[in-house]
Formats: sequence, structure tokens, C-alpha cells
Amino acid sequence: MDIRLDGISHSYGATEVLRDITLDVPAGRIVCLVGPSGCGKSTLLRFAGGLERPDQGRVLQLGAPPEGCLNPLTYIFQDFALLPWRSVRGNVSLVLEDHALPREDAERIIADVLARTKLADFADALPKQLSGGMKQRVAIARALAVNPAVMLMDEPLSALDAQTRELLMDDLIALWTRQPFTALYVTHNLAEAVRLGHRIAVLSRRPGRIRDVVEIDKPLDARLYADPDLEAVQTHLWEMMRDEARAADEELLDV
Amino acid sequence: MSDAARRATGAEVRFRGGGFAPVSRRWIGWAVFVALIALAEWGTRTGWISALTLPRPSDVLQTFVELWQSGLLFKHLGPSVTRLIVGAALGASIGISVGVLIGLFSHIRAGLVPLVAAIFPIPKIALLPLFVIWFGIDEGSKYALIAFGTFTPTVVATYGAVDNVDRSLIRMGQSFGLSWWSIVRKIVLPGAMPGILSGLRISLAIAIILLVAAEMLGAEFGIGAYILEAGSLYDLERLFAGVVILSLFGVLMSAGIGMIERRVLRWRS
Repeated sequence: MDIRLDGISHSYGATEVLRDITLDVPAGRIVCLVGPSGCGKSTLLRFAGGLERPDQGRVLQLGAPPEGCLNPLTYIFQDFALLPWRSVRGNVSLVLEDHALPREDAERIIADVLARTKLADFADALPKQLSGGMKQRVAIARALAVNPAVMLMDEPLSALDAQTRELLMDDLIALWTRQPFTALYVTHNLAEAVRLGHRIAVLSRRPGRIRDVVEIDKPLDARLYADPDLEAVQTHLWEMMRDEARAADEELLDV
Repeated sequence: MSDAARRATGAEVRFRGGGFAPVSRRWIGWAVFVALIALAEWGTRTGWISALTLPRPSDVLQTFVELWQSGLLFKHLGPSVTRLIVGAALGASIGISVGVLIGLFSHIRAGLVPLVAAIFPIPKIALLPLFVIWFGIDEGSKYALIAFGTFTPTVVATYGAVDNVDRSLIRMGQSFGLSWWSIVRKIVLPGAMPGILSGLRISLAIAIILLVAAEMLGAEFGIGAYILEAGSLYDLERLFAGVVILSLFGVLMSAGIGMIERRVLRWRS
């Protein structure tokens, strides 16, 4: 299933945050959305999954979601959003409980996603016992459990330290290589974007518009840490964004 | 010390990070109790405190033992405990339900929050005559008084707790397509539980205060009636024996809620 953002514009009161955004997320690809802070990336992601409504424009699902898909548009949040009173297994089962699955099916799905995210040994741990990286892996397992058509990832690695981030990027690449998923991936970190994105859309400063869309053809599993090809793309992106990032940084918040 | 000497020996960095970190020291609480009682005992025995000012703790204990042996203790305790349990259970359960509704629905919030604010500061004891007319002089008015007094603080604590539930968790629930009822039951209620339980601590203490107030007006048996009778006779030993029972009520309730908290809120660090 593809997802298409079609002519999206939005304002919060007098502040225009997004202007005429049109973007395609084709099935089986990861599209990264980068841009200076406050450019409306996260807002756009909330529109994509129907958590907020844009003033103008539409979000379209093209084609049918895959078989066995319980929640076509599934988020992964920056702050993990795990229920602290539920164990790892309980957090995953939360999203299955409303679907009246036979018990064995639910058990099988939980065991499968915990194995895929290397969490099988921690099924009974509470979130407070886990490191940040593990918490985000639980959130990824929870998202995989509903077999999403599109994953909407809102700066999923931004709350983690640099080393954990590298590890999780490797995990995401391994997951995608095993079974390609579709994702719209919002980040302000260009290294993540060039590592994970098949397509990178660069947003301008507020009001956010699409400045450029960069395609990277190199397969995900061939992209390595400190890859010179990727560094070149990253430099190109940074050249494009630097002035705007500085201007965004110096902007007074008017809220 | 000269600068050169200080450089040679080195001045140790002074520790300044102490305090402001509560540590559990259970025995100090008991020690304070014991010290105060011992002081009163010693003072009344030596005559430094006159018997009119303060009853001797050992005499209070004696009165308590007599009360126990005569069987009167349970005659007073029985009705009191029943009133407390029925009244507090009614007030707390209605309070929690209304508080959750206020927390969830804007219309109910707009309609009820001013009303709750208006009835919160009314001393509920002042309404006892009204309750007597409404619910009769018997148990009904006593249940109603205790329930009403527990209700308001529970409502306020509960809707505050619901307001404080992490919005990002609710967003998460919505994003996974959870039903409204699932979100309330699995995200809002457990998330509000810490606040609801700490509100209950206050509500239940208020319930004990109102129990005595209700029993002071028209009750044959009950701790409140016992205290009132002792008070009007200036029988300080019996008065204190009654007051000690109330304190024990409070300690037991606090310990009970502490136990529930440890069970239900194990997930908190």
C-alpha cells in the first residue's frame, strides 16, 4: 500500500506551518523527512496517520493494506509511549487485545515480534527496567505486531545516545532487509536520513515546503557506517539546510 | 595558609551535596511516640504535670483494658467501623466515578467543577440536621454525612489525576485504533491510579473525622458517642482512650493504602 500526501497546507492560528506539501511514500520504501526544527515535520506525520486534520489537502491510501494488517498506519514515537504498568509482553499485547484474535494467534504474533526485535528474553520486564534503546525496540515490536502497511516514525532515535542510535539503525536495516516495510521517517538527524532513506524529502523553514527530494539508490544493507557515498549526500543536504537551520535557531518562538 | 602551601598539600573539596533526599527511617517515628508517652508518664508521676492537665498514659491504658474486658469496646467499635466502611466506600466510589467523568468529558467538567468547588468548603457537619431530615436519625444520616465528606476530596483528586495522565500515551492508544473504552480502562485509569490513591489517603482521614462528628449527634454506641460522653463528664482517661482508638484507625487506614500502593503501583520507580 502506498500513501500520498496531496497538497497539504496548515496553520496554527496566524502561524502558517505547512504550505502545499505533496509527497508519495511508495510501498516497501523508507521515505525520510528532514528539515530545520519547527518546520512542521512532526505535524505532517500526525496528518499522515490521521491524528490531526490539515486545513487543506488530503492524505490518501493507495491500494489495499496487506493481508492480516490490523492497523494500516502505525506510529513509532520519539518518547516510546510505553505503558509503564505493563510488561514488555503486555505492551505488545495491548494493541492486539481489541482485535478479538484467537489466543494462540496473539501468542504467536507476540513471540514472533519479540524474537525479531531480540526481546524474547525480556518479555516479563517492566519498561522502567529497560534502557532507552530497549524501550524503543519494544515500541518497534509493538508496531510490527499489528503488521502495518506504513510505519510512521516520529524521530524514533532522537531520545537515544549516539551509540544506541547506531545499534538501532543496524536493527532497523536488518528488519527491513528481512521483510521490506514502508515507512515515513521524520528526523532532524541527516546521518539517520542517509542511512535509512530510499528517498529524502527536505523541508524548508516555516512555513514548511518541500525544497528538494533526494533519491539514494544504494541498497540499505550495503550502506555502512561512515560510508563516503552517504557522506557526500549528507554534505549536500547540510549545504542546503545550513542557512535555514541557523535562521530557525535564531527565531523567537511566538506561542 | 599561603598560596604555595595550599598548592602543595591541596585543599580537599568540601562535600555539599547532602540532604534533600528522604530516606526511610522507620524506627524514628516509633521513637518519637515512645518518647512523648514516656515524658507524659514521667511528668504525671512526679507531679510536674497535674492530673487535671493530662491523664497518666498508664491510666489510659488501664481504662482501655477495662473497656476491652467489659466487652463495651466492641459494642462501640462495631457500629463505628460499619459506618466508616459503608460511608467511605459510598463516598469514595461515587467520587472516583464522578472524578473520572469530569476528567473525560468537557461538558461534565464545565457543569460540575464549579459545583464541587462550591460544596468543597462547606463544613459537612453543618449539614447534619439536613441529612437527619433527608435520611432519618438512624444510620442513614451518618452514612450520608461520611459519604458526602469523602466524596468532594475524592472527586478533586481523581479529576486532577485523570488530567495528569500522559497525553502521549492516549495518543498512542488512538494511533493503534484502540476503542474509547479500552483507552479509558487500560491507559487512563491505571495512569490516574497514583493520584487517586493519594487522594484517598486524605478522603479517608476526613471520613474518620466525620464519623466522630456524626456519632456525637444522636448515637447510643460508637467511638464518637463514647468520646462525647467521656468529654461531658471530664473523664480524661476515657476521652484519651477514645482518641487513641481514632488514631489507630488512621494509622491502619494509612497502612492499608500503603499496602495497596505497593501492590498496584509496583511499576513506579
